Formats: sequence, structure tokens, C-alpha cells
Amino acid sequence: MKEFFNIYTDPVYSFTFVCIAFFFMIKYVDLVATKKFGIGLMIGTVVMFVLCFMDPVFSANFYMTNDNVPIIFLVLLLAWTTWFALYKGVNNDRRMAQGLPPIEATPENREKVWAWPNLVYTELFAIILGTVFLIGWAVFFKAPLEEPANPTWAPNPAKAPWYFLGLQEMLVYFDPWLAGVLLPGLIVVGLIAIPYIDVNPKGNGYYTFRERKFAIIVYLFCWLVLWNFLIIIGTVFRGPNWSFYGPFEVWDTHKVIAANNVNISEMLWINTLGVKLPSNILVREIAGILMTLAYLVLFPLFLTKKLFNFKGTFGAIFNGGFLGKRYLQRLGWARYSILIFLVLMTLTLPIKMYLRWLINLKYIVFMPEFEFNI
Amino acid sequence: MSKRTTLNRREFFSFLSVGWIAFAAAAGGMASLIFRFLYPNVVFEPAMDFVAGRPDDFDDGVDERWKNVYGVWVYKNEGKLVALSNICTHLGCVPTWLPAERKFKCPCHGSGYYANGINFEGPAPRPLERYKVNLDASGQIIVDKTKVFRYEKGEWTHPDSFIVV
Ligand code: FES
Repeated sequence: MKEFFNIYTDPVYSFTFVCIAFFFMIKYVDLVATKKFGIGLMIGTVVMFVLCFMDPVFSANFYMTNDNVPIIFLVLLLAWTTWFALYKGVNNDRRMAQGLPPIEATPENREKVWAWPNLVYTELFAIILGTVFLIGWAVFFKAPLEEPANPTWAPNPAKAPWYFLGLQEMLVYFDPWLAGVLLPGLIVVGLIAIPYIDVNPKGNGYYTFRERKFAIIVYLFCWLVLWNFLIIIGTVFRGPNWSFYGPFEVWDTHKVIAANNVNISEMLWINTLGVKLPSNILVREIAGILMTLAYLVLFPLFLTKKLFNFKGTFGAIFNGGFLGKRYLQRLGWARYSILIFLVLMTLTLPIKMYLRWLINLKYIVFMPEFEFNI
Repeated sequence: MSKRTTLNRREFFSFLSVGWIAFAAAAGGMASLIFRFLYPNVVFEPAMDFVAGRPDDFDDGVDERWKNVYGVWVYKNEGKLVALSNICTHLGCVPTWLPAERKFKCPCHGSGYYANGINFEGPAPRPLERYKVNLDASGQIIVDKTKVFRYEKGEWTHPDSFIVV
């Protein structure tokens, strides 16, 4: 059983699994957004943690870094907030389908109260409780005191604080310029851009799922699936040498993982054509450059136009035209192209992750001469 | 004649100059203090060049004796001795030498390098850098970290980047 988890938590399986689970969560959102499911989810998460911590290896690895402890609360909160928002949204959708106003618009919920004392008192208590909680925490979980800093030595694994582990995981797949500067910058810019791109007036002041399906799915994929997955992988599943370790696997520094990563140029010239790398950089990297251009040109086309005509669920995913004319018209070309650009940039992450896992790809375009690697 | 209460032109200018000089001196003093503050009193950085011993002090393979002091691995192989930087070319962590696997492995994002410094796994875009090495008159190795040699620029063939032993 533990062996099973050690094998199938490997990102290539677990990420696929998480994506499929996300797909079903959206597809059967009515089922997910029931109280029974919510209670089951919370109990399931707690039971999972209890079972995991009963394993000595898991708890030893987990306590290696003290700041892992908030992860437990956060995973619980993650499950709860996601479920709660969907629950409220689906509930309102159901009401609106019956012609009722959303819960938040019912007369008793529109009643107004004064900020003082109602709000301010609540805030005061929240502050006091928060402080008590933090003090208690500081007393019970001491910050580890390590040896003086030494610039010629690094701990192994060298882990960032948990909230940076998503970034650190990203750096495994990209050049530092991309994963450390460009992509984080785009995340911030993208988050700022959301209110300007999203022109859907529905859902102001009340929960809904059906009326904001696109926004919710895109956001949840980026945040719930991608970002949290990376943080959890970085926190729980990365051990010495930043290698992958299953949850119940002993952190053995000498675990051998064959990870001979190759660039597209090497795959093309050396492995496929059996010749030396051409000395001209552009010729050498031609395959990667063409692939990048195709991605930047063909993929937006795929998102905008219906290209194929498959039936059923398969067709829903692979026919293309998700965003389609509808969004182009609704958003206008400026907003639409920004949206497409952000989507393209986001998807580079899972694409690059799968390429690394499946074919050990290092860089698609590799030009260390110019410090330019994609 | 009643006592003048206003300044004549000359006096005004001398006051002005005194005032400005005083102000400039104060501001300059302050600026120099701030400037001084930018430089630490004690520098913990290892020296940029050091004497590493004689070539025959080293066995073939990777030698870690200077790693914690100067951040340098000495690597001797096939009659050549080189000084490898211990800074990962990905984001600058310090890789670990794993003798059993005969490779350097970075604890930050998992880049791996062969003993000669060539990167082969993980995200590191280029091999570890090599430092300038020389023999002095008495046959001691001098490692000079101010000059680096990069493989991807074809600099590893430079005569200063290795010692023939
Ligand atoms: S710093 Fe060494 S792998 Fe990123």
C-alpha cells in the first residue's frame, strides 16, 4: 500500500491524476457542492493526515523543516474554501434556475448594520485570537537554530519557505530568467489584469458558478491545481538533491535517479540524425525555435477556432475553439489577446513539466551563448 | 550714524559662502558616513586567490579540501588539474559532491554535474565555471578566482584554465 503511494505520487502520475480529478470536479460540480461531499472531504483530509503521520518515515521527513506545519492547516483550508465557494455558488445557481434571487440578495441579507461596533468588534476579536494563536505557535514550534551561515556550504535539500516552494519547483523546469523573473512577474501582472480582462458583470456580490464558469475554471486550474500542486510537491515530496521521494520513502542521499536531461537540439541532431551539433546557433536550435513559434501561433488558433469534429468528451477537449468567437467579441481584440497571452504563458508550465517527465527534455531552445534558454 | 541693521553686498556674500560651506561640509560628512556604512567592517569573504598546494598532493578525481574555505574543488584527471567553482550555474546554490555517484548534485533544484563540471541533469544551463590556475616558482598551485573560464564559450582550452601534471 505504501509502496503504491510512493510510486504513484511521482509527479507524472499525480499531476495527471490531479488534473483528471479537477476535470471531474467541474463536470460533477453539483455532486461536489453538497454538504455530504464537503463533510466527506474534510474528514477524508484529516484521516489522510492522521494516517500519514502514523508512518514514522513520513513524519520524520515532514518535520525536517519546521515551517511545514502550516501546510497541514493550509491543505485543510484549501479543501474547505474551495468546497465552500462551490457550495454557495451552486446553491445560488439552483435558486436562480427556479427564478429566486441569490441568497445574498434576499431581503434579510440586504439589511444593513453599522461598521461600528459590528465590524470593528469582530475585527478586534480576530486580531486578539490571531495574536494568541501566533504566540502559542511560537512557543510550541521553536524556530530551528542552525550553524552560522557559510557561503561555501548549502543544506541538502535547500528548501525555501513553503510559500516559495511553488517558485522553487518551477525553477526545476526552467531557466532562472524564465522561472525566477518572467513567470513570477507575469503571475503578478496577470492577477492585476484580471478585473480589466474579465468584463462579465455577473456574480457581483453573490456566489455563482454557472454564470462565471470560464473565470472560475481558469483561475482554479492555475491556483488550485497548478500552484498548490507545486507547493505540495516541493514541501512533501522533495528530498536530498531535490530528487523526488515518495511520502513513505526514506530520504537517502544516494538514491540514484537517472535524469540525463537533453535539449531538443541534441535529440534532433545527435540522437535522431546521428550527426554532430551544427555550429551555427540558429541551425542548431531550429527545431526548438519552430516549435516555440508553432506554439505561439497555432495554439491561439486552436483556442479560438473549432478545428476538428470529434464527438463526446474527447471532442469537447480536442476540437478546439474553447474561447472562440464568443470571447473575442465579448472582450474585444485587446483584452482577448492579453488573455490568450496569459493562458499561453501559464500553459508553458505544465507543458514543460510533462516534457521533462516523459522525455527528459531540458531546454526547447538552448542558447547559453546568449543566456537565452526556453 | 545709526547702527546699520542690514548687510551690505560684500557681507551678504561672505555669510552666504560660510553658510554654504558649512552646509556642504555637513552634507558631505553625512554622505561619507552613509557611504562608509555601506561597506562592512569585517569581510567574511574568502580571499580571491590562494595557494592550493603541490599538484602531487592531489589524487586523481575530485578533491574537496578547499571547498569549504575557498569554494573551489580541485579536479585532477588524465594529466590535467583544474579548479572548479562550487557555484551552481543555475541559480548559485552550492552543489554537493557525491563520491559514490561520481557527480555533483545541487540541493536547490537538482542540477547534476559530472566530476569534470559538465552539467548533465536538471535545469543548470551550463557547466560549472573553472578558475585560473598557475604554478608559481616553487611549484605550488595558485588558484586565482578573479578569472573564470566558461566551457560554453570554449574557454576550457585556454592554457590558464588548467595545469598539466
Ligand atoms: S541553483 Fe543549483 S539547481 Fe538551481
